[in-house]
Amino acid sequence: MDLTFSAEDEAFRQEVRKFLAEKLPPEIAERIRNKKHLSKDEVEAWQATLNERGWLAPHWPVEYGGQGWSVTQRFIWDYELSLANAPHPIPFGLAMLAPVLIKYGNEEQKSHWLKRMLNGDDWWCQGYSEPGAGSDLAAVKTTAVRDGDEYVINGQKTWTSYGQNANMIFCLVRTQNTGKIQEGISFILVDMNQPGVEVRPIITLDGEHEVNEVFFTDARAPIANLIGEENKGWTYAKYLLTYERTVMAMIGASSSSLELLKEIARTETKGGKPLAEDHSFAARIAKVEIELENLKTTTLRVVDAAASGGAPGAESSMLKVRGTEVHQEIQSLARRALGPYALPFQAEACEPGANVEAIGPDYAPGLTPNYLNGRKLTIYGGSNEVQRNIISKAILKL
Amino acid sequence: MDFKPTSDQQMLSDSLSRFIAKRYPLESRGKLADTAPGYSVEIWKQIAELGALGALFDPEVGGYGGTAGDIATVFEDIGKGAVAAPFLASLLSGSVLAASQSKLAQPLLDAIIAGEAIVAFAHEEPKSRFELSRVETKATKSGAGWSLSGAKAVVSHGDAADHFVISARTSGASADEQGISLFLVPASAAGLSVNGYVGIDGARAAEVTLKDVVVDGDHLLCVEGGGFDILEKVTGLGIVALCADGVGALEVVKEMTGEYLRTRKQFGQTIGSFQALQHRMATVLIEIEQARSALINAIAAMDEPRLVRERAISAAKYTLGRVGSLVAEEAIQMHGGIGMTWELPLSHYAKRLIILDHIMGDVDHHLERYVALGRTAA
Repeated sequence: MDLTFSAEDEAFRQEVRKFLAEKLPPEIAERIRNKKHLSKDEVEAWQATLNERGWLAPHWPVEYGGQGWSVTQRFIWDYELSLANAPHPIPFGLAMLAPVLIKYGNEEQKSHWLKRMLNGDDWWCQGYSEPGAGSDLAAVKTTAVRDGDEYVINGQKTWTSYGQNANMIFCLVRTQNTGKIQEGISFILVDMNQPGVEVRPIITLDGEHEVNEVFFTDARAPIANLIGEENKGWTYAKYLLTYERTVMAMIGASSSSLELLKEIARTETKGGKPLAEDHSFAARIAKVEIELENLKTTTLRVVDAAASGGAPGAESSMLKVRGTEVHQEIQSLARRALGPYALPFQAEACEPGANVEAIGPDYAPGLTPNYLNGRKLTIYGGSNEVQRNIISKAILKL
Repeated sequence: MDFKPTSDQQMLSDSLSRFIAKRYPLESRGKLADTAPGYSVEIWKQIAELGALGALFDPEVGGYGGTAGDIATVFEDIGKGAVAAPFLASLLSGSVLAASQSKLAQPLLDAIIAGEAIVAFAHEEPKSRFELSRVETKATKSGAGWSLSGAKAVVSHGDAADHFVISARTSGASADEQGISLFLVPASAAGLSVNGYVGIDGARAAEVTLKDVVVDGDHLLCVEGGGFDILEKVTGLGIVALCADGVGALEVVKEMTGEYLRTRKQFGQTIGSFQALQHRMATVLIEIEQARSALINAIAAMDEPRLVRERAISAAKYTLGRVGSLVAEEAIQMHGGIGMTWELPLSHYAKRLIILDHIMGDVDHHLERYVALGRTAA
């Protein structure tokens, strides 16, 4: 039984840490640590820094500008980014669309779009969910109809993260209405800078503008933007979703949030003593810390199995379920640790460039909104109920 | 990273699990528990011949294993078979003997490994409630030897023992770490009485009382008053063993319950087709994987500094206590009425999982200990 990394992987980890220590701007890390937001420019600047080092899309094969890292190296990279409170690259293009392009796209599509992703020429968003197609994703209704060498697209997408920043969207659209609902779906790339595409903000319960509705009214996409075959989009969509779930154990983000929680518990007081010494609060922290330590090892076991050739299948559903539960519990405890100062609503204090004095402790403004925002974790990427369906079908054979 | 058993561990596990399944099935054990020793002495010797007892100890003291991983390998198989036999007693007492300088220690340890001696570990007391340093049994100097008086509680396989390893206070107040000594006491010693009974989990235990029990000076197994560190180390090994036992039992409960959900029909369909049960079972699965990870963490921490090691041990015991009870209760619920019956093997695994939380510290004890050790570390 050995939980340590190999000498090569450990050396790699040190290399990552050195890079982050040198290149990650401290004020960015501090904002992420305190659950505050970054501007579009800051995100793009950080992604450019990563790209200079060749680490913007390290999971891609070398021929497309990636590093061809092993499963273990990718795990270390994700984990160390989170521990350092570094921004993770926006995943929609780099981590979600790109693997689909690489596996199912043609040569022109690959050489055109992948390069632009690395250069930061495009900001991608994901056109999957619709008002009537959430967990039941195959129920998408947005249509694409051939008109010469173009598709004409009509319908509505929703929950589109950072759609307000994006110029490109990859969409699941219906190209056929007969047969099983999974069989009439196609995967198409659509330019958002056209009159037929309208983005409207959805303000979430934490007051943040992160997600949007996207309306298509006779929007157009060249047929060259169809990925793979028409009506085969469901296959590509599912392939993308397995990529989405492998990083959802969130153990890096949870470790870093737990450190902040402990620091707050040492600073806040109860009965004239640090909250960390309160019997019941200390027990709540200890429970989630133990659960996280266990989850780290469960994750390493899945990584180890994947490194020796096993594809992350339904195991990633287990990681998603428990990982999001653990993260939500930490967010909940951070909110509770604030006591009455969980109350003041200071959305502006969380925005980039804000010069607002916090009401209560400095760390207070971001934490309740972060807790509220975190309710999404058990809903998105396939809700935890859907994940349990997958586990019972694929692992338990029920 | 390496999560695979060593080839020696794999070989031992293969032969031990095969032996238990074939030669010592659950059904054959039920009747044995009613009277001492509560298990088959003949089978115990055969288990020793397989090397399952030697695997618990280091080659330096005559074993052929002794790492936490080796111990966990044996106990996971015991848990899978729900074997009630003095494995834990042998591990705990044998580990004290292995750490002892007394000339009596090595021959007795050799006999344990050979399956020829049963040495019970008598540490807990009626009022100690898992607190390792709370020892009120007293040992006072008596000529060249010692005289022991006090009471020991729920001593695993106490009524099968030829000898006891007994903790007793030679100085200090009742919960001091300093002043605890460890003694070897023959079961035949005058003034020692043993009241044996069967446990809920089907394994026997005993209440042991000592009234002016006199032993020679060489029966002191540690430096006088310096037994706590040994107790803590040995308890750590015992907890790894219990956690592995629990993981083995959890795997069996998972298989049995999964199989039941796939075959039992109600309302014209298998009950496993109902989402309410699917989701409960998916949670059970996740919890069991987390329990296994907790065990791995404890094994991996065995050679770490004390605070790191002991925190991982308490985290593991807490996790197994929590998950063991949860899975036991869920398994009974998902089986419905049949899960309530003595006849169904599942119910015996469920009881074992529940009782594991009452041995060597329960969830509350280990959560508090984890917090306290963390405060010391900070």
